[in-house]
Amino acid sequence: MTRLLAPDSGDLRGRYPEVFDRPASSRLAIPAMLLAAFGIFVFGLVELEFSPARMLAGLSQLGWITMMMIPPDPGGSLPVYLVALGETLSIAMLGTTLAALLALPVSLLAARNIVPSGIFRFPVRRFLDSIRGVDTLIWALVWINVVGLGPFAGVLAIAVADFGAFGKLFSEAIEAADKKQVEGIRASGGNALHEIRFGLMPQVLPVIAGQVLYFIESNTRSATIIGIVGAGGIGLQLAEQIRVLEWQKVSFLILMILVAVAAIDWISSKLRFAIIGKRAVA
Amino acid sequence: MTSAVSILPAQQLQVLNDAYRAAVARKRLRMTLATAVFFAVLVIAAIGAEVHPVTFVNKIGNFVSYFDRIGTLESGARVWSDIGEWFWGWKKWLALLGETVLISYVGTLAGAILAFALNFLAAENTSPAPWLRFTIRRLMEFCRTVPDIVFALIFVIAFGLGPMAGVIAIMIHSVGALGKLYSEIVENIDMKPVEGVRSTGASWISCIRFAVVPQVAAGFASYTLLRFEINVRGASVMGFVGAGGIGQELVVAVRKFFYSDVSAILLMIIVTVFLIDIGTGWARGRLFGKEARA
Repeated sequence: MTRLLAPDSGDLRGRYPEVFDRPASSRLAIPAMLLAAFGIFVFGLVELEFSPARMLAGLSQLGWITMMMIPPDPGGSLPVYLVALGETLSIAMLGTTLAALLALPVSLLAARNIVPSGIFRFPVRRFLDSIRGVDTLIWALVWINVVGLGPFAGVLAIAVADFGAFGKLFSEAIEAADKKQVEGIRASGGNALHEIRFGLMPQVLPVIAGQVLYFIESNTRSATIIGIVGAGGIGLQLAEQIRVLEWQKVSFLILMILVAVAAIDWISSKLRFAIIGKRAVA
Repeated sequence: MTSAVSILPAQQLQVLNDAYRAAVARKRLRMTLATAVFFAVLVIAAIGAEVHPVTFVNKIGNFVSYFDRIGTLESGARVWSDIGEWFWGWKKWLALLGETVLISYVGTLAGAILAFALNFLAAENTSPAPWLRFTIRRLMEFCRTVPDIVFALIFVIAFGLGPMAGVIAIMIHSVGALGKLYSEIVENIDMKPVEGVRSTGASWISCIRFAVVPQVAAGFASYTLLRFEINVRGASVMGFVGAGGIGQELVVAVRKFFYSDVSAILLMIIVTVFLIDIGTGWARGRLFGKEARA
C-alpha cells in the first residue's frame, strides 16, 4: 500500500516563486480593473439620467404595452406582411453573399501572413474599419439617395456594411491558420497563389463559411430594421405600426420575424454542420 | 542513404485510381448541385429584393456625387479648407458622442453580466436541466432576434425619449447575442477539469467557478469587447428613433441636406469607432497575454 506524500510547501514555494509570491501589481490588476469598470458603469447610470422612479414608471408602462400586444393579430394585412418578409429575407441573402464575395480578396490583403508589409496592410485595414464604423442604417440612408427608396437600397447597405465586417473577420481567420501546411506547399515547389489556394483556403474556408452563415442569420435581423428609414422589408410595416400604437399588429410582426429567423437559424446550423463535419473527416 | 519510391504494379494502381476517381466524382457532383441550388436561391432573392442592375449602373454616379456634396461647405469650398466652419458644432457633437459611447458601455456591461449569469444554464454540457436550457435558449433567441432598434422604438414609448431607452434596448440585445456566444464557448471546453472538480464532491456552482470559468474567461472577455465595439455602432443610430446619442443630429443633417454636417458627424463617429476598436484590440491582446502567462 502506498501513501501519498504530503506536499512539501516550502520546497514548492522555492521551486515556483512566481505562483506563490506574485507581485502586488499582478494580484491587484483584476480587482482594480473590475472596480474601474464598475465605477464607469455607475457614472454612466447617473449621467444617462437613470432613476428608480423613471425605471418603475417605464416598466409599468411596458407591462401595459405587453398586455395590449396579446393576442397577436395581423388584422387583415397578412398578405402584405408576408410579401414584406420575403423581401427582408431576400435582402439578407443577397447582401451577405455580395459582401462575402467582395470581402474575400480584400481580406487577403489585410492578413499579416499574406501581406507582411505594414505599408500595404495598414491602409486596407483602416479602410475596412471606416466602413465598419458606419452603421447599416446610415449606409441605407446613403444608398436611398443613390438608388431610391426600396429593398435594393437595403441590399446595397447590407453588402457595404458587411463588407467591412467580413474583411476583418476573414483576415483574422486567415491569420489564425496553421503555417505548416503553407510551408508544405512551398516546400513541394508551389508558388504564392498555390500556397493560398491549397495551403490556406482549405483551412480557412470552413471558418469563413460558418461566419457567412452566421451573418445571413444576423442580417435577417438587420434587414428587418432598415425599413425604418425606408429601405424596404418588414421594418417599414413594423415602425409604422409602432408609431400608430397598433400593438397587436406589432406583436404579430415581431412573431413573424422570430419565426423567420428561427427557420434561417435552423437551416444555417444544418449547413454549417454539413460543411464543418465534412472537413473534420477529410 | 537513398531509397527508391516503390511503384505499384499497373493492376493494383488501376484499382486505386478508379476508386479515387469515383470518390472525387461524387464529391464534385455534390459540389455542383450545391452551387446550382445556391444560385437558384440567389436569383429568387434578387427578384424578391427588386434588384435593378440597370438602375444601379445609371445611378452609381449619385453615390460618388453624394460624397462630393458632403465634402463641400455651403460656400462651395472644400470642407478641409475651413476646419472651423466644417466642425462648427464640435462641442455639442462631442458631448453627444460621449453619450453614445456611455450608452453602449452601460448597455454592454449590464447585458454581459446578465448573459454571464444565464449562459451556463443554456450550455449543453453545464445546464442543470433540459427544460431550463430550453427556456433560457428561447429567451435569448427572442432577445437577439428582435433588433435593438425595435426594442428602442418600443422603449421610447414606454420610458420616454432619451438615452435610457437606448441603454435598455442595447442591454437586452446584448444578453441575447452574448449569451449565445458565451454558451458556445462553454460547450467547447475541455470537460476533464469539470470531472476532476466534480469528483471531489463539489457543487454545481463550484464546478462552474473552478473548472469552467478559468477556461472561458478570456473568450468571454474577448467577445464582450467585440460586442462593445458593435454596440457603439448600434448606439450611434439609436438617435434615429429618439433614444439618445449622436444619431438624432445625424438623421436631421441627412434629411435636411446639411451636407457638410453629415460628413463632419460621420467622420467623428468613424474616428470614435476607430479609437474604441484600437482600445479593445489592445485590451484583448493584454487579456490573452495574461492568460497565456498565468
